[in-house]
Amino acid sequence: MALTETLPRNSSATAMVRTSLLFLLAALLCLPWADLAVSTLDPWGELGRLGWGLLTPSAPSFTTLLEALANTLAFALQGVVLGAIGGFVLALFYRHTAVRTFAAFVRAIHELFWALLFVQLAGLSPLAGVLAIAIPYAGTFAKIYGELFEEVDPAAADALPRTAGRLSRFFYTVLPPAWPHMVTYTRYRLECGIRSSAVLGFIGLPTVGFHLETALKQGLYSEAAALFYALVLVIVTLHGWMRRRLLPLYVIAALVWLPPVAQVNWALVWQFFSVDIVPAPLRQGAGAEALWQWLLILGSKQIIPGLTNTLALGLLALIATSAVTLLTFPLISRLFGNLATRGSGHVFLVLMRSAPEYLLAFVGLLLWGPSMLPAIVALGLHNGAIIAHLVGHYSNELQLREDAVRGVNRYFFEVLPRIFRTFMAFTLYRFEILLRESAILGILGIPTLGFFIDSAFTEFRFDRAVLLLLVTALLNMLVDAIARHLRRRLQLSTHPEDL
Amino acid sequence: MTATVLFDLHQAALGYQGRTVLRDLQLQIRRGERVALLGQSGAGKTTLLRQLRTLAPDTVAWCPQSSGLVPMLSVFHNIFMGRLDQHSLFYNLLNLIRPLQKPREEIAALAAAVGLQPFLFTSVEKLSGGQQSRTALARALYQQRPVFIGDEPVSAVDEVQADQLLQQVCAQHETVVLALHDVELALRHCTRIIGLRNGVIELDQPVAECSATDLRRLYGAD
Repeated sequence: MALTETLPRNSSATAMVRTSLLFLLAALLCLPWADLAVSTLDPWGELGRLGWGLLTPSAPSFTTLLEALANTLAFALQGVVLGAIGGFVLALFYRHTAVRTFAAFVRAIHELFWALLFVQLAGLSPLAGVLAIAIPYAGTFAKIYGELFEEVDPAAADALPRTAGRLSRFFYTVLPPAWPHMVTYTRYRLECGIRSSAVLGFIGLPTVGFHLETALKQGLYSEAAALFYALVLVIVTLHGWMRRRLLPLYVIAALVWLPPVAQVNWALVWQFFSVDIVPAPLRQGAGAEALWQWLLILGSKQIIPGLTNTLALGLLALIATSAVTLLTFPLISRLFGNLATRGSGHVFLVLMRSAPEYLLAFVGLLLWGPSMLPAIVALGLHNGAIIAHLVGHYSNELQLREDAVRGVNRYFFEVLPRIFRTFMAFTLYRFEILLRESAILGILGIPTLGFFIDSAFTEFRFDRAVLLLLVTALLNMLVDAIARHLRRRLQLSTHPEDL
Repeated sequence: MTATVLFDLHQAALGYQGRTVLRDLQLQIRRGERVALLGQSGAGKTTLLRQLRTLAPDTVAWCPQSSGLVPMLSVFHNIFMGRLDQHSLFYNLLNLIRPLQKPREEIAALAAAVGLQPFLFTSVEKLSGGQQSRTALARALYQQRPVFIGDEPVSAVDEVQADQLLQQVCAQHETVVLALHDVELALRHCTRIIGLRNGVIELDQPVAECSATDLRRLYGAD
């Protein structure tokens, strides 16, 4: 018998495992730089109080709650609808590199960063909030719609007379097949928009997040729980109340409730673009030498540390997300457990999916103090729950043979190998989002890029803020490209509308 | 005939997914028999086999028609899975990460016997249909149970190979029950033919007493 060592190894499982191990190794290398210390005096006591608050929700006042929810929905609806329209127009020209790059750029900057920017220009106004959601969402919609248009079978378009106009061709042969997917995706984005809108409250806009921050900071956990549950309820019931025919009604109501206007001081806007964002040395008339020094200092003190921390947090969050996914998807899979475990699994995943990362990180910060730990846990829980939900449903489609083993053996031999490709595709897709969020969580005091951007805005150093924003955008665009390349190399396909 | 009765079926009706497939089922299978189930597709062969398996799940090596392989795992792992119930979880996981010497040698020998040795560490999703069904067969062989129940176990391989594989199945198991679509194979390897038609047992004879007309009746029009 031939030695088995000499046999060729050609296993797709091995290739996938190897890529996963590379990510794990990269994350482990980040560990020495990651600050994971717990700095609060009584984290367990605080957790107990938080848990008690979650069990005993009590609304602050009914009108406050309703008003906050109405504001949250108004921002979300206006922002997402405007973003969808903008994204649709961009998608029509998606084959042009310039349009693709523009879309990638605007979506690479997180809505909270856009909000910080617009608040400078238009104050804490409805317009600032709507634009902060609409602009990055337009970039995402452009990409998804554009890709959906590209995937449409060209046979129908080819059959038309050659002289048919480009737009008629599009509306007759491309839009109809893409439409159902667009509707599904847009509805999903509305859910994201509600979360984004809630989080905008943390920088001062009157949404649920505003009241959540106040309640959490004062330790009023029961009040915070009521606000949180209300938000979850709105998100979970979205499929029920968001009917296509009612959408125009909702949009009109949102416009009436919260007209997207702002007192814009155009002189200030002009100064912002012509003076404030010009690098300080140039503004003061110093030469190239001074500019170079300015860049060097900014680079070594903020850009490099900010980039390193953002990447480290993103990678560690990716590992946390994977761990949460792989541990929790069996909770909702028909292949494991019973009705009771699946029921509680669904509740847990829904709560974690509906909670914005920013909110989870804020809570983590109260529990453990400022370090990467709350950010990693928050990103892991939220994103892990999203992927676990998808992977769990995917696992329900699997057909195991009748004599398949049960329990842990089943998990490792029958299920894990089968779901791993899907799991990796979703996780890689999520990596871009993780990095965007890693940057933004800096606002909470973790020294990622967001930390320096936020500081620059509070110090009115807009030249620094804009430069750091550009760096953040470039990082996200780069990671976007790498992730796309990896997905292609590993032959992982995901339908973007799933995420 | 004194051999022990392994399977004793007395069933008025036997169904699959809420639909009655077989009626008036009176059937005994004794130890040492090699039974071939014949009949048109949809005649109820799979339903009957499935029922037999549920009567003695722990003594039956089961080779289902849909192979139930894990596509991205190697031939080694898919065969190894036949015996997951016999080892500790720790041992199983160890072999999942890195095949140990002993199972590697055992499974390499088995893979060689079914002509899969070069592909021992190749993912089954990269193999042809025939190679995949041989992997499923090897997984059942690896279980080393006294009874083999196979649902068209050799339908995707060529005639010569099918002969060899069935020979091995019969040599390794005391009792064999096979659903086959190839009458020649049934006559060559089995000792008893059970023919199903229109939901009843139409024919139940030792191979020696089977006539060509009997067999043709199974596949004839209503």
